[in-house]
Amino acid sequence: MQHDYRRIARDGIWDNNVVLSQMLALCPLLAVTGTATNGLGMGLATLVVLVTSAFTVSLMRNMITQEVRIPVFVLIIATIVTLVDMNMNAWMHDLHKVLGLFVPLIVTNCAILGRAESFASRNPVLPSLFDGLMMGLGFTMVLVTLGATREIIGSGTLFANASLLLGSAFSFLELTLIPNYKGFLIMVLPPGGFLALGFLLAGKRVIDTRLARARSAKTDKAVLDSESIAT
Amino acid sequence: MTTPVQPSYRKRISYQGGLLGGFATLAAALLVIGNAATYDAIELRKAEDLSASLGQVIPDDMHDNNLLDDRLVLQHEGTEVVLYRGMNGPEVTAVAYRISEPGYSGEISLIMGVNRSGEILGVRTISHTETPGLGDKIEVEKDDWIRSFDGLSFDKLPKDLWAVKKDGGEFDQFTGATITPRAVVRAVKRGLRLFHENKASLLADQPEDQTVKANTVSVES
Repeated sequence: MQHDYRRIARDGIWDNNVVLSQMLALCPLLAVTGTATNGLGMGLATLVVLVTSAFTVSLMRNMITQEVRIPVFVLIIATIVTLVDMNMNAWMHDLHKVLGLFVPLIVTNCAILGRAESFASRNPVLPSLFDGLMMGLGFTMVLVTLGATREIIGSGTLFANASLLLGSAFSFLELTLIPNYKGFLIMVLPPGGFLALGFLLAGKRVIDTRLARARSAKTDKAVLDSESIAT
Repeated sequence: MTTPVQPSYRKRISYQGGLLGGFATLAAALLVIGNAATYDAIELRKAEDLSASLGQVIPDDMHDNNLLDDRLVLQHEGTEVVLYRGMNGPEVTAVAYRISEPGYSGEISLIMGVNRSGEILGVRTISHTETPGLGDKIEVEKDDWIRSFDGLSFDKLPKDLWAVKKDGGEFDQFTGATITPRAVVRAVKRGLRLFHENKASLLADQPEDQTVKANTVSVES
């Protein structure tokens, strides 16, 4: 069976994006996207777990029977997350202090179980790894966009405390866009997350509709052209 | 999508049970190994964190002992408080301890250092779950507010002024967040009260029983 990697990439990042199309993982999404930095951290941690769980599940896919697959997948994912959490705490302690809160939240992220079930358990290792990577990238992208939007409107900064997450080399990312900004409280609080997500989803629909219309207009034109040639 | 033909033994309940049990055992084994491999490192990091935060509230030049070594547990207002003492020779020069107080969305855990005369050397936030961008200004990395306690004592600021400005006190609240600074001020005030109530036992000289300093006077033969 041939695997279309371009298709997988397109699905992960746009067409079948975890948040924008599948509407999964909304709980951790809304909880952590108060700032762009938090969004990025959560996104990267999720990416790692998505890739490793896709790898493991895909490797074991011929052994696991249909009837017990869900508990086995949950077990695999929970084990990976716990191991990642322990290792981060021991060897990347500074990063863990920033992300520590979010790492256990990844277990509750149904997108990971979703991918394990719908892709990794039916496909060979390589496409599964690639799918995990692309889904993770798509998820990270949405988290950063949402975090950045809420941060700019809510507190007038962008990537505040990025150096805590990425090291001091990245302190240039920390911008104060609106000095002496009083803050717009609701955007930082959970309701702001829902609002921003709503606009983001609406935006995706608008773009998709436009694209579809442009495409059908093109085919219509092509049909018309061929008809006019025929007559 | 074609499902590959499954051998018949896979349909048996024993295979299913064995599979699930096998994975559970494997997962448990991995977690045990993971825990054993990281336990020491994590404990070490925790100790480093603690000593780093103690270092922020008790300046290095005030003590010559390892702060982590002199640990003391005290009962105060129904909770257990762990104290660390900085000593210069036998004399206790400073005391540091953790206090916590419920904030806007969960416990705010603080560490504070106090010198012999009851002046605050420093207060730092250890952990909290306050609203990012609003209540998190109690972190020293994000705002200087927490330094406004430095040098204060009950002598310098009368007890009833230990409140945020909105409640008629001395301390600034944050725009959009009053509950968080109010909780911190309350916690620090309680911490100072703890110090004054136990002053005598805390500041009593500690005989150096474990490590007698090596005498550097050279003995002539």
